[in-house]
Amino acid sequence: MPQTTIYYDNKIVRNFAWATVLWGIVGMLVGVLIAVQLFMPEANLNTEYTTYGRIRPLHTNAVIFAFVGNAIFMGVYYSLQRLLKTRMWSDALSQINFWGWQLIIVAAAISLPLGYTTSKEYAELEWPIDIAITLMWVVFGLNMIMTILNRREQHMYVAIWFYIATFVTVAVLHIVNSFELPLTLFKSYSFYAGVQDALVQWWYGHNAVAFFLTTPYLGMMYYFMPKAANRPVYSYRLSIIHFWSLIFIYIWAGPHHLLYSSLPDWAQSLGVVFSIMLIAPSWGGMINGLLTLRGVWDKVRVDPVLKMMVVAVTGYGMATFEGPMHSLKSVNALSHFTDWIPAHVHVGTLAWNGMFTFAILYYIIPRIFRTELYSLRLANMHFWLSTIGLVFWVVAMYWSGITQGLMWKQFTAEGTLQYPNFLETVLQVIPMYMVRALGGTIYLIGALIMAYNLIRTAASGSLISDEPALVPQRDTNEHEAVSWHRRLEGKPALFTVLVTLAVLIGGIVEFMPAFLVKSNVPTLASVKPYTPLELHGRDVYIKEGCVGCHSQMIRPFRSETERYGEYSKAGEFVYDHPFLWGSKRTGPDLHRIGGKYQDSWHYNHMMVPESMSPGSIMPAYPWLVENIIDTSLTSDMVAAMRTLGVPYSSQTVNDASLLLNEQALQITERLKKDGISTHSHSEMVALIAYLQRLGIDIRQTTTTQIITP
Amino acid sequence: MIRNTLESIAGISIYPIFSFVLFFTFFAGMLIWVFRQEKTYIQQHGELPLNDSQPLNPEYHDTETR
Repeated sequence: MPQTTIYYDNKIVRNFAWATVLWGIVGMLVGVLIAVQLFMPEANLNTEYTTYGRIRPLHTNAVIFAFVGNAIFMGVYYSLQRLLKTRMWSDALSQINFWGWQLIIVAAAISLPLGYTTSKEYAELEWPIDIAITLMWVVFGLNMIMTILNRREQHMYVAIWFYIATFVTVAVLHIVNSFELPLTLFKSYSFYAGVQDALVQWWYGHNAVAFFLTTPYLGMMYYFMPKAANRPVYSYRLSIIHFWSLIFIYIWAGPHHLLYSSLPDWAQSLGVVFSIMLIAPSWGGMINGLLTLRGVWDKVRVDPVLKMMVVAVTGYGMATFEGPMHSLKSVNALSHFTDWIPAHVHVGTLAWNGMFTFAILYYIIPRIFRTELYSLRLANMHFWLSTIGLVFWVVAMYWSGITQGLMWKQFTAEGTLQYPNFLETVLQVIPMYMVRALGGTIYLIGALIMAYNLIRTAASGSLISDEPALVPQRDTNEHEAVSWHRRLEGKPALFTVLVTLAVLIGGIVEFMPAFLVKSNVPTLASVKPYTPLELHGRDVYIKEGCVGCHSQMIRPFRSETERYGEYSKAGEFVYDHPFLWGSKRTGPDLHRIGGKYQDSWHYNHMMVPESMSPGSIMPAYPWLVENIIDTSLTSDMVAAMRTLGVPYSSQTVNDASLLLNEQALQITERLKKDGISTHSHSEMVALIAYLQRLGIDIRQTTTTQIITP
Repeated sequence: MIRNTLESIAGISIYPIFSFVLFFTFFAGMLIWVFRQEKTYIQQHGELPLNDSQPLNPEYHDTETR
């Protein structure tokens, strides 16, 4: 066959590789900082910009979209060119993809500490950044698809299927979940409310894990593991089954994040069933990965790339077994809202994503710089530090999660809560929080050692920007009769459409009934829209990231109704744009906090939490009394809510400022009686108004609606 | 109550049947297809990452053989 020389673009791979290292370290550093804040609130450096609620999203976004995001691009740009025997279609698009993505990361790193957030987990970035993400994702997709169309290799290897599924699904998820109505340049409200918002958010959240943290890495596993082991994947048949069943099933499982919540029961059950089914493709993939190493396990002892991969794939297997187990309602009743969930997540991120990324970096950097790894010893040390850090982190959180979960549910023989004070259960697990921070620090030190090792490696060689490769010339004559699936692979466009269909079916079947039948969410007559001041307060709650530690979802268990009050009803959230149910209880649930304490209690608690709850690990929020709410937006805010379907009269829209002043004065008066003077337009007053309103609407009715449990 | 609500959607009864048929056909079809592939096709595909480039400079690439 006539051959020709082409050149692979290694420069773009190098750029993404260094970005991966840099943002990985930044993201882990922020992770360690927030871990420390959980036992030492003063570690927030006494500024609002570095307080837990605001920088916890910074940590999650940095590790997911900056660290893992850049690693995906690195892995895809490296493997795609080689699997297709084709240079990336457009160097310009590659560059735009790179710099655009870094700009988005910088924008996130600035806007999140400033408090610009939508509050929806892993989708916190505000709408202008959402649009930028969409554009960059399209640039990446276009570059990839065009490269595939221009390929020299007739067959599309399974890794590329995973890349295509990643591109398509992330695009769909991002767009659907980001429907929001802008209020200002930096503030928007979710198009959906309450239960629907929760359903969309966790359909997104769950599938972001699936199609951002999993499918691209599976694609990379199918490329880099055979490369590193120098033998083909254990079973290519299994990889095909793995691919189709994973993308077909994954999309349905989102509602398992909302078990025992106010989500309709049928949707919860659907989520459970599909979550259990997910074990099959996930473990099929894991086994396929590990068995690829059959016969070369001796290499695993010496090669840090393979070592890292083995721990990564094992972590994938553990996380994907644990996930379905957490989806069982009886397990979920204990695990949800506890530290068990972050433990589960970190098996996925620290082991699967983190260590697989490290493995790829150790694989790629020496190759594109045409040299040897600077120090094998340091790489091995990194392997052990990562593994030990991971174990410290995860075991501490299993311990803490299960302990606290059991304490929340413990009753005395007399039938009262054994630990009625939430804080008592927190103080119990604080040593574990310290161990977690230690584990994170060890993991971070490992990453720093890797950075040093890779930099020294790069310095000892020189980058082959354009790596020559001898490849067969393009086939001009048509092939003999081929089967339909081979034709399908020959038509990446059609293949892409089918992948889209497979993921959309699940999404649509899940959503349709909830959207079509309005009565799926029973409305409660006594539930009224928020007042203008409460809307402002809600925005303060969102801005400070309160949802990071406090849920607003009382599950229908006696242990929860005893502790917090009446369980949460779907109808109570119909005006919540966005929903604020939360996913973690570092502090107590707040859904029935309204009217429980005096305004002055909240004031004092916000200023010095320990004055009201000795031993509390909540940070102080003294800036709430200094920051003034922007009352010029009040009327627009109410109007925006009306556009979204909240039944405000035009009079309320017009009189918004008057109504706000009236309520603010009432609160200021009440505070004055307790000897506290504060500006009536301070964020503090607005937040107190909102907190005092939470969950009180249904108290006015004597009978509450019965929802089939 | 929720069940009753859902019953009010026209034609809701075919939802579960439709979903099941869809699933069954999808997976059965896929499995049949996968296992009917001849060995050479599967082998050829599995080896794609390993012969992805013939290096011009042999000392640079992995020279180990199985």
